[in-house]
Amino acid sequence: MYPAPFDYHRPASVEEAIQILQSNPEAKIIAGGHSLLPAMKLRLAAPSALVDLHGIDELKGISVNGSATVGAMTTYDEILSNQDLANTFGALYQAVAEVGDIQVRNRGTLGGSASHADPAADATAALVAHGAEFVVRGPNGERTISADEFFVDLFTTAMEPEEVLVKINLPAPAENTSSAYAKFRHPASGYPVCGVAAVVTRDGSGTVTSARVVATGSVLKPTRLTGVEEAITGTNGDADAVAAAAERAEEGVSEWAGDHYASSEYRAHLTKVYAKRALNKALGNG
Amino acid sequence: MTATEAPTREKLVGKALKRREDPRLVQGLGRFMDDIVLPGMVHVKILRSPLAHARIRNIDTSRAASAPGVLGVFTGQDFADVNALPYAWQAAGVENHINTPRILAVDEVHWVGDPVACVVAETAQQAEDALELIELDLEELPAVVDAQATTEPGAPQLHENAPNNIAFEWDCGNAEGTDAALASAPVVVRQRIRNQRLIATPMETRGAIGQYDAGTDEYTFWLSSQAPHVHRLVMAAFVLGHPEEKIRVIAPDIGGAFGSKIFMYTEYPLVGLLSKKLGRPVKWIETREEHALATAQGRDHVTDIEVAAERDGKITGLKVTTWANLGAYLSTAAGGIPTTLYARMVAGVYKIPNIHCKVYGTYTNTALVDAYRGAGRPEAAYVAERAVDLVARELGMDPAEVRRKNFIPSDEFPFDTGIGMLPYDSGNYPAALDRALEMVGYGDFRKEQEEARARGKYLGLGFSTYVEVCGLAPTSWITSEGWGAGLWESANVRVHLTGKVVVTTGSMPHGQGHETTFSQIIADELGVPYEDIIVEWGDTAGTPFGYGSYGSRSLTVGGTAIVQSARKIRDKMKKIAAHMLEVNEDEVDFEAGKVFVKGAPDRSVSFADIALNASVGANLPPGVEPVLDATTYFDPPNCTFPFGTHIAIVEVDAETGNVELKRYVAVDDVGNVINPLIVDGQIQGGIVQGIGQALWEHGVYGEDGQLLTSTLMDYGIPKASYMPMIELDRTVTESPINPMGVKGAGEAGTIASTPAIVNAVMDALAPLGIKHIDMPLSAPRVWAAMQEAKGN
Repeated sequence: MYPAPFDYHRPASVEEAIQILQSNPEAKIIAGGHSLLPAMKLRLAAPSALVDLHGIDELKGISVNGSATVGAMTTYDEILSNQDLANTFGALYQAVAEVGDIQVRNRGTLGGSASHADPAADATAALVAHGAEFVVRGPNGERTISADEFFVDLFTTAMEPEEVLVKINLPAPAENTSSAYAKFRHPASGYPVCGVAAVVTRDGSGTVTSARVVATGSVLKPTRLTGVEEAITGTNGDADAVAAAAERAEEGVSEWAGDHYASSEYRAHLTKVYAKRALNKALGNG
Repeated sequence: MTATEAPTREKLVGKALKRREDPRLVQGLGRFMDDIVLPGMVHVKILRSPLAHARIRNIDTSRAASAPGVLGVFTGQDFADVNALPYAWQAAGVENHINTPRILAVDEVHWVGDPVACVVAETAQQAEDALELIELDLEELPAVVDAQATTEPGAPQLHENAPNNIAFEWDCGNAEGTDAALASAPVVVRQRIRNQRLIATPMETRGAIGQYDAGTDEYTFWLSSQAPHVHRLVMAAFVLGHPEEKIRVIAPDIGGAFGSKIFMYTEYPLVGLLSKKLGRPVKWIETREEHALATAQGRDHVTDIEVAAERDGKITGLKVTTWANLGAYLSTAAGGIPTTLYARMVAGVYKIPNIHCKVYGTYTNTALVDAYRGAGRPEAAYVAERAVDLVARELGMDPAEVRRKNFIPSDEFPFDTGIGMLPYDSGNYPAALDRALEMVGYGDFRKEQEEARARGKYLGLGFSTYVEVCGLAPTSWITSEGWGAGLWESANVRVHLTGKVVVTTGSMPHGQGHETTFSQIIADELGVPYEDIIVEWGDTAGTPFGYGSYGSRSLTVGGTAIVQSARKIRDKMKKIAAHMLEVNEDEVDFEAGKVFVKGAPDRSVSFADIALNASVGANLPPGVEPVLDATTYFDPPNCTFPFGTHIAIVEVDAETGNVELKRYVAVDDVGNVINPLIVDGQIQGGIVQGIGQALWEHGVYGEDGQLLTSTLMDYGIPKASYMPMIELDRTVTESPINPMGVKGAGEAGTIASTPAIVNAVMDALAPLGIKHIDMPLSAPRVWAAMQEAKGN
């Protein structure tokens, strides 16, 4: 339970962090450490150096003004304490509330979770559902990656090794948008065996005009359930419509996660159930 | 008080006093294994086999040996002259094909976690770094992990002396009568059930420190031990071959154990041997992952049940065949758990005329299996309680009524079930069932269930009317059952010159609250203030030989030894006090911490005055020695048999298969209760642990013998938030076998709760025709069974 020896850096700026990463290809960024440190203690990861981002003020904080910006080093607890964010981005709030325990939420960060791209993270599904944009900075300057392109595969994002996630922008939702996150917890880890985030917009008559429905845990990366999105759009969003739409959860998903606890068949089934539960919650169907 | 009234004092026995030990423990002032730091102490880390079955071709330690801080790197060859660990509890009366672990593996490894080499370094970090530099060259062999499959033709073989991987083949009961009952019964139900592998998972993992003194040729060990004297004895007689009086074992505070800290493990002699080689104290602290891989695990049975019954629900025969997975080698008590403590208890609370139980103890390429909270009795209760429910289902009868019909009648105790268990000491099974039915509102529930089913809900109620055997003892019996030592217990009571009382016990608390319970007993026996009592344990240099704490024996056996020592002290104090009062001994009484003249209680001497006189010895009657000091070695005539009724109510999510616990009612009978707060805590903790087995816990080995649940991210221990409020009550049926009328309470909850949950889930799923699902009843498993039942 002791990690292999490593060097420790605490840069004061993103630029300094990038320089350290450039000069040290075996270095890893550490944010809250709740994924990296357990892996290091089990010696599944042995980075030569840790680059701790806690000294960089630019990476911290939340601003909400219709849209929102969340610094990459913002902790889960800070997110849960921000009522404005909770009011507008309900799925993210609900997903973050499901993460770990108090100790994890006090230390774990939204940016750390996104960068780590654990296939069983809670918040990642909500970020994709809210259409988040990921602002990253590297040796070649800053760029923005869309939610649909950021998560590439299991533990893999579109970021280059020397890039640092700076902040996450959440675009202002259209009028009459509501959202929710629903989850089946793994009894040991508390991670989602399946979690679904749903963001739904309706017009004045109550017809669903757009939907983003994103699964996590049951899939290898946060994955939009395009069949469900398509099926719910144009309906009145009642429980029957939701039930019918959720039946299409398996469409377009090429590979389901599976292990000794829960088979891929079960996870595919759960994805239907939780797509339904998340949509009903978002749409306020008793 | 008038002059003729005897002094009285409020009794502490029966009062829900808060635990004396807690202020120290909750303030972080306890002293656990890793708190112990000795001058010059160094650290050992153990390299464990990454493969389940392999031949060791070569171990290259050269790079590790020259790593920073490293004092030595050792392999099995370095300890080739040290005995393999002893096997102390054989399956009785049959041949046991014995293979036990060596200090470090030689030639072959047999499970993932089998220790192959170790590094001693100045720091634990340095030792762990160097461990990665050892090059292990293994030739992989085929592995087998299943308790039953390992006996089949063509299975990989673990040990030459155990053909078909069978360590022993044992049975009890009446084979012919049972077969005849099955052949002639109008109703027969058959079911294969699995009682899955569990990992003990106490809060504190194991640890060991060894310190060898070359000047005196003495070893001192600090061990996470439930039985320090037994560890010393085994170390002396079987492993180190070193005189017992030159070995001292100290067990500090123990952060839970659940049985896993009873046994002898290779790491314990290892730290002593390393200390002797290196001239430094050597410490080993188990990591959580090592605990999962290398500490003895629990359960893991495959069992075929066959039950014969009449149409009215009367059970006429029970045939049980069990393959008990014992792991790669035999652990200390491995033979006794699936035989004496399991097979001889499969009758449960039922009077069944024909029972036969056959047990195959089998080797597999998995961690060793030994006692784990309940040890054999949870498996037995699971068999009996599932069997009765299967009969009720088959006949369409109320499971409460089938139980009642088959209960051992209350007027037939002591009752011999006819399968070699000691007679059940006392019982009143209908009383506990009635109280539980009343608490749960049974009639109303069945109506509610009907309505729920009409709405497509899967609501179910499950019973467990359990009995267990505990207070493990009579030495004459347990030795005839294959246990290689005694099971009496010791207690010494001394009264200091100032009137303070010191109790030393051979019991070994590891979370149960002995300090409080034992103090309550002494306070009443001697009439001294609770605060004046000190309870000591855990150091072989400071306590009389005792067998330690397991099998819910501390109060019934160790506590009785304390009572008897206290009564010896009382007798001597009366003798001395009568002399001081200048009357005959039969003219005085001892009450409330005073000795007084009968009928004239104002003529008295206080406890403190007697203690002072006894200790100084200035005014003693002729022939009486100074000092109040009494030791008892108590060996009871029987075990005790706690029982009760537990009822679980669950709802299964029709869409996901998830089991939601809605209510849990438990009525337990553990005889008289010394401290209700402690007993309730034991029962509740036990219930939660048993529910853990029913719903979440599962030590999963892959086909290749890799443990897939080696972290708490994978292994699902119960969490407080998963539990409903547990509704407790008790009935009291005294045990006739000890003066306090007490029975054990440490394991009853665990033994009872597992089948209650499973029976509740099967009741919930009855509309689908589902009769059995193997544990844990995780959502994926339940959903799969529901799909199958629906023909999907």
